[in-house]
Amino acid sequence: MMFSDLSLIAARDGLRRRDFTAEELCLEHLQSIEELNPRLNAYITVSHSQALAQARAADTALTRGEAGPLAGIPLAIKDLFCTQGIRTTAASKILGPFVPPFESTVTANLLRDGAVFLGKTNLDEFAMGSSNLTSAYGPVENPWKRRQDPDAVLVPGGSSGGSATAVAARLAMGGTGTDTGGSIRQPASFCGIVGMKPTYGRCSRWGVVAFASSLDHPGPFGRTVADTALLLQSMAGFDPKDSTSADRAVPDFTVACTRSLKGLRIGIPREYRVDGMPEEIELLWQRGIAWLRDAGAEIVDVSLPHTKYGLAAYYVIAPAEASSNLARYDGVRFGLRTNGDDLRDLYERTRSAGFGTEVKRRIFIGTYVLSAGYYDAYYLRAQKVRTLILRDFTKVFEQVDALLTPTAPSAAFGIAEKTDDPVTMYLNDVFTVNADLAGIPGLSVPAGLDADGLPLGLQVLGRPFDEETVFAIGAAIERAASFTALPSLRAGATA
Amino acid sequence: MNYIIEGRTGPWEIVVGLEVHAQVISQSKLFSGAAATFGAPPNTQVSFVDAAFPGMLPVINRDCVAQAVRTGLGLNAKINLVSRFDRKNYFYADLPSGYQISQFEYPIVGTGVINIELADGTTKQIGITRLHLEQDAGKSLHDQHPTKTFIDLNRSGVALMEIVSEPDIRSPEEAGAYVRKLRSILRYLGTCDGNMEEGSLRADVNVSVRKTGESYRTRCEIKNVNSIRFVMQAVEVEALRQIEVWESGGTVNQETRLFDPNRSETRSMRSKEDAHDYRYFPDPDLLPVVLDADWVKALRESLPELPDAKKARFMRDYGLSSYNATVLVGERATAEFFETVAYKRDGKTAANWVTGDLFAALNRAGLGIEASPLTAEHLGGLLDLIADNTINGKIAKDVFSAMMDTGKSAAAIVDEKGLRQVTDSSAIDAAVKKILIANPSQVAAYKTGQEKMFGFFVGQVMKAMEGKGNPALVNAALRKGLSG
Repeated sequence: MMFSDLSLIAARDGLRRRDFTAEELCLEHLQSIEELNPRLNAYITVSHSQALAQARAADTALTRGEAGPLAGIPLAIKDLFCTQGIRTTAASKILGPFVPPFESTVTANLLRDGAVFLGKTNLDEFAMGSSNLTSAYGPVENPWKRRQDPDAVLVPGGSSGGSATAVAARLAMGGTGTDTGGSIRQPASFCGIVGMKPTYGRCSRWGVVAFASSLDHPGPFGRTVADTALLLQSMAGFDPKDSTSADRAVPDFTVACTRSLKGLRIGIPREYRVDGMPEEIELLWQRGIAWLRDAGAEIVDVSLPHTKYGLAAYYVIAPAEASSNLARYDGVRFGLRTNGDDLRDLYERTRSAGFGTEVKRRIFIGTYVLSAGYYDAYYLRAQKVRTLILRDFTKVFEQVDALLTPTAPSAAFGIAEKTDDPVTMYLNDVFTVNADLAGIPGLSVPAGLDADGLPLGLQVLGRPFDEETVFAIGAAIERAASFTALPSLRAGATA
Repeated sequence: MNYIIEGRTGPWEIVVGLEVHAQVISQSKLFSGAAATFGAPPNTQVSFVDAAFPGMLPVINRDCVAQAVRTGLGLNAKINLVSRFDRKNYFYADLPSGYQISQFEYPIVGTGVINIELADGTTKQIGITRLHLEQDAGKSLHDQHPTKTFIDLNRSGVALMEIVSEPDIRSPEEAGAYVRKLRSILRYLGTCDGNMEEGSLRADVNVSVRKTGESYRTRCEIKNVNSIRFVMQAVEVEALRQIEVWESGGTVNQETRLFDPNRSETRSMRSKEDAHDYRYFPDPDLLPVVLDADWVKALRESLPELPDAKKARFMRDYGLSSYNATVLVGERATAEFFETVAYKRDGKTAANWVTGDLFAALNRAGLGIEASPLTAEHLGGLLDLIADNTINGKIAKDVFSAMMDTGKSAAAIVDEKGLRQVTDSSAIDAAVKKILIANPSQVAAYKTGQEKMFGFFVGQVMKAMEGKGNPALVNAALRKGLSG
């Protein structure tokens, strides 16, 4: 047995009992990364020496009995979080050799609680993608394999594909991601792990490289619901440096995982039954409904009538904000610079060389929808749709305490299967994107395998700032599903 | 009084509206904790937010909001309890984030009004369209290197108020008076130091011309004019240029122009076709600014007395002329100086000394009233010595000069130089007697009816008494002596 087979909470308890040291735990993970990362490409940067120093500091704290809640726990950090002294790339060439002189609030919270950062994980460039294929540092390989076609390389989902892969393949005990349109929940579903997008404002965005400010949600990955809850506990909290941060107490999320579902009303939104969705996803959904009913919840059919407009609104609002957020990458102060004949030439050369195709596409879209004469027809209309989507959720949460849906319309797909048409790719977010538009919490929990043996997730959506109910329902699904399947590429597996 | 330019085709009226950018007096910047003071070495007052590093977020500075609200209240303007920040997107090397955070659709202050005073003694109301808060950009330094531009980000993110007037201004004089009055109000409020040389107050001047009775013709915007004199000159030369264009059968194109004070002309900077599409949209990093009505009320109650109210009070309480009152309230420091001098003394006399001798002396010395070597208390002391006949008016002028030179009190100078007025009648009688004896022919002339000779005798007596004779007593003694 390896330490890395333990859940995060079990490892925490083992460290506290001094069954093993944080240094041992860290070294084993670094060893596994060394073996598997060349193939999986989950990490862009492995912070070997910093990780060991953090682990040793955790051991000292543990020995003294001064350990924080995450002391010695090795984590994978999405390379969108600025980490002081550790190169941060956003998986883009444009950031070049950028080493942040500051620590993001979320990662600072994790460090405060004693966590060990193994490194910075791969992602779609600037978090723009659902496959991790847009990374300037190459694609990430999903550690899961189709039973009938074990040689096919599958995507881990995205944009937080590196963190999801690292956690699934036991190259970290937990990780951070960001979810703008589904970038935590969809890769969690594809990689058979748990991913939580908390309420907007629950986790500070300060120090997280911005994609779309009003939609970016930092959140955790874990292999269990309770592990994920413990990570969110540490990451969350009011931050006066982020004007959109919520000044609210952070409840005990791990306790919430043990709550009974008796008396809860859980809605099943009919609009999430989309054309062309594989039958096994529909079946999984039905199974989930049965589990929740068995756990004492009342199941209610509900309607979210504006659901189908969400994806279109998202692909106006997110690029609009991104086109402005990414203007700072101009080659003047940090990151990549390609000199030119004059200022304009410098901008053009730098940004042409630094941004990848998908990022450029979204900057074009965003610039277009904000430009004079088009603003009302696109941006303003999309904001109206966003309001209607939020209203749908507000109304439905008068009837029910939470919603259950599939996380994604498919299991992980092959690396070359959907790359031709960006719109097909965008459809990956169809079940996740509306929770981002509304800012409500959403959890993906592994619930079963498809016929190919690939993991599928179910999604729980809850009221704003009611992550507790979402965790309670997620934990109930976890118990009922007893999902024990493992990816074939993982630390300790004899491939 | 209408300002009209006579053209070849008849009389023209000019129409001017001003956009004034006023740098807010605050400890730190609008959205970051970096210091906002002027004159620090380049790039020493720059936070990661100001340099737009990845992941950095703006947080609104409450004090800057309070300053904007105070200014709005001082402009008799509507305070919008809900306002919003938008992003104005454009690329430039001294704009690190690639967008300026500004208020486009929903400014913090709505319509207001300013009263301006004109040379003919009349006043005129100029409407205020709006006031909004925005960030300043950094500074591009093109003169540091033959081929490179240097960037100083100290100013990047400093809070500005953009104050937009209605197109109510009709002459260069009115334009100057508007900026002067606005600057005066800002200084009274302590919301902007109004220093145009350092760039903490700059004006964009919108000018058009029209024939009487017409609606507006196309306007041009003259950017970043940095003195009141230049504002007035720019209005005039731009109006003349536009009249020439129209009268030659041409068309004025909407464009942005620059004023060149050396050549006294405006030059085209960019046309409307080249104008940026700023792609304004609500800044998603910031929540709307929602003001508490009670907070605004408290700010209103804590406002200082402003120039208009002060002027009315000076006219009412001190009996000052409109002109003197206007001059005295222009700067808060002048008004305070005057009130100290006038305290329990004659207001008109105090006003005459301050606006007359004091202003002239300060002008000669090139000093502002804050740096006056003669304090208000000392000037008051001088007035007291005149009032109680310790010195006469002529000696007072000499004492005043000595006070300006030395900074000493009037009493000290009078004592030191022995300038105390002589009221001893025997001394005066003796001096009179001496003069009459010494000038027999003049006495004879006076007695034959040459009344004007009286002045000659006064002068001679005063001269003999080194100017210290009490003028009334000298007069009386002379009349007595000459009638004998």
